[in-house]
Amino acid sequence: MDLFTLSCIAAFSPLVGAVLAGFLGWKLGRAFAHSVTIASVAISCLASFLCLSQVIHGAHLDAEVYTWISGNGWRMQVGFLVDRLTVTMMCVVTFVSLMVHVYTIGYMADDPGYQRFFAYISLFTFSMMMLVMANNFVQLFFGWEAVGLVSYLLIGFWFTRPTAIYANLKAFLVNRVGDFGFLLGIGILFAQFGPATGGLDYAPIFAAAPQVAGKLVQIIPGVDWSLMSVVCICLFIGAMGKSAQFPLHVWLPDSMEGPTPISALIHAATMVTAGIFMVARMSPLFELSQAALSFVIVIGAITCFFMALIAIVQYDIKRVVAYSTLSQLGYMTMALGASAYSVAIFHLMTHAFFKAVLFLGVGSVIIALHHEQDMRRMGGLRKYMPITYWTVLIGAFANAGIPPFAGFFSKDSIVEALQLSHTPGHMFAYLLALGGIFVSGLYSFRLVFFAFHGEERFKKAHPEGHEGHEGHEEKHANATQEPHHEEFHGTPHESPWVVTLPLILLAIPSIFIGALTIGPMLYGDWFEGAIAKTATLEEMAGEFHGAMAMSVHALTTVPFWLSIAGVATAWFFFIKRPDLAGVARRKFGVLVSILERKYGFDDFNDWFFAGGARKLGQGLWTWGDKNIIDGIMVNGTARLIGAFAGYARGMQTGYIYTYAFSMILGVAAFLTFFLFYVRNL
Amino acid sequence: MIPLGHYLILGALLFSVGVVGVFMNRKNLIILLMAIELMLLAVNMNFIAFSHHLGDLSGQVFVFFILTVAAAESAIGLAILVALFRNLRSINVADLDSLKG
Repeated sequence: MDLFTLSCIAAFSPLVGAVLAGFLGWKLGRAFAHSVTIASVAISCLASFLCLSQVIHGAHLDAEVYTWISGNGWRMQVGFLVDRLTVTMMCVVTFVSLMVHVYTIGYMADDPGYQRFFAYISLFTFSMMMLVMANNFVQLFFGWEAVGLVSYLLIGFWFTRPTAIYANLKAFLVNRVGDFGFLLGIGILFAQFGPATGGLDYAPIFAAAPQVAGKLVQIIPGVDWSLMSVVCICLFIGAMGKSAQFPLHVWLPDSMEGPTPISALIHAATMVTAGIFMVARMSPLFELSQAALSFVIVIGAITCFFMALIAIVQYDIKRVVAYSTLSQLGYMTMALGASAYSVAIFHLMTHAFFKAVLFLGVGSVIIALHHEQDMRRMGGLRKYMPITYWTVLIGAFANAGIPPFAGFFSKDSIVEALQLSHTPGHMFAYLLALGGIFVSGLYSFRLVFFAFHGEERFKKAHPEGHEGHEGHEEKHANATQEPHHEEFHGTPHESPWVVTLPLILLAIPSIFIGALTIGPMLYGDWFEGAIAKTATLEEMAGEFHGAMAMSVHALTTVPFWLSIAGVATAWFFFIKRPDLAGVARRKFGVLVSILERKYGFDDFNDWFFAGGARKLGQGLWTWGDKNIIDGIMVNGTARLIGAFAGYARGMQTGYIYTYAFSMILGVAAFLTFFLFYVRNL
Repeated sequence: MIPLGHYLILGALLFSVGVVGVFMNRKNLIILLMAIELMLLAVNMNFIAFSHHLGDLSGQVFVFFILTVAAAESAIGLAILVALFRNLRSINVADLDSLKG
């Protein structure tokens, strides 16, 4: 089959699955819903890998599928651009999605919304494919909004829980902020390039962009800004929303209200990386603006380090992984800012695998303990759940960046890229990235030790009140157990094969994919023509001598020892001297409570934006609606008519002579009018 | 020969008497009907005067029609008056205010 047919199959097959499961699932049952969606995603995955094999041999596709709108001199279409960047994303997305589909059979086994869930995740796969395969900005935006919609639906999947509704609304609103910037960026591009290039296709815009590199625009009168910086920063604001970068990161931890499979698929492995993908795709534009890159690198650095710190104090096991995701997204963003786009995509790929493993492993623990998410009620699970333990351990090693696991190669490359970058602010990012590596080791292994080692706390009573200063967050989490939560009795046991098989299949690439692909992806010509090649990478290539050499060399570098130190710290505090953890928490009470309150962003947003919007709404309601619209417009009209009618009614006396008199007056008036006015015309 | 102006003045006076009769009268509905009749007669007077003055007979033909119709109208008016009296036991104009708003 040719590449075009394959890409159509890859993109539309999940849509067919979603439609069938969504519209017929209620009638044809659970087995139908999961088999049809899994089959459709499997076909999509197979087609993606076939695309990969063709693209490796030099195939390239930039074709139109369907014209959507056309106007005078411009048109917008559904079109597929399949190059090496796209095909990498396609394979990652469909593979992780397939694994999550299989896993869901086990995780959602006793949920009444089973068919709906499968329809949603297949729809998500379709949306994500449309996003990554777009060859123009309009389709990119379609995919962008569609994944946002599915994310919204899935965070609020258990729609009877108030916290889930709060979380999905929050995700939706915060993403709107980002999307506004994104849309502005696309709008500026259309205004600038639309008339000349006849639409919003990537290729002509990227080709035309260097000609306007020096162009200045005035958005605020009197202040000149570089056009490209404005465009790129607007586009990046979109990426900040979707990829949960500071300060639009607040929605991602709350999105853990959704079922774990989608936390793994959407809020860790694929959707949140859409922003990273988008910036990499726009690399020819971002290369034109040093200011935008600098903005990107600083935002990424802040996200990377400060979000990782929060993960250390969380007790909800899913939230630990969620903050870890934020931190890893920060790494990717920094890599983008350092002009090392292919490194960012490389980390995106390895992260997709190892974070999916971590999340699905955490999900497996949650099922085994009957939907218990509090780590203080876990512990010692290693001997009950060996497969889960080993796969999570692999994920944790990869996350901490220990060689030779996949995460090491990507993370180490990022740190190196930051060091060699020429973007202003790269040293700031470099230092925070080093700090982040230590913290990654610490929180990853805190999770492993808390859940799988130590004493078996799940047999004990509820630990609420153990900690003197439990943040409202924990209560929040405890109050929102999954609907069929019950107190745990008996011993936990390993999850069924539908859960463990995806874990194993995802753990394998988490180990090997970094070492296998680092050569071609970063230093070969893999991204030739898809991503701008930059000076940073060429400098890095000079120091690269193969994956093995890199692993060995790492033993002498700072990042490696930092991550080892992180792991060792975790081991010391949670295995060797568990009593010290409590002491440390009390010693650094202020710091811990700042972290537990997540630097107060949620409080600030609730107070300023949500509260402010409510105040504004209240004001508009009392003043604008009640006074002006109701008081003056609506009731005022009625009052005016009433007053006039009252006056007119007074003239209706009911006496014949009054009517006669007014008739005569009228006749006299008309006569006068005709005699003196009309006749004289 | 009496000039045209005198007839017209007589007609105008008759009409004015009729008008004043309509809205000065607060007591009796029959007087009201008579006042209307007076106004019609004033109009007829003008018709005849102009007919004679212009030497055109059609004006006088109109007067016949008007008299006929006025007779029919008076008959209907009196019939309504009788029906009204049976219902209200009064033909006092001041009592007839059921159209009051």
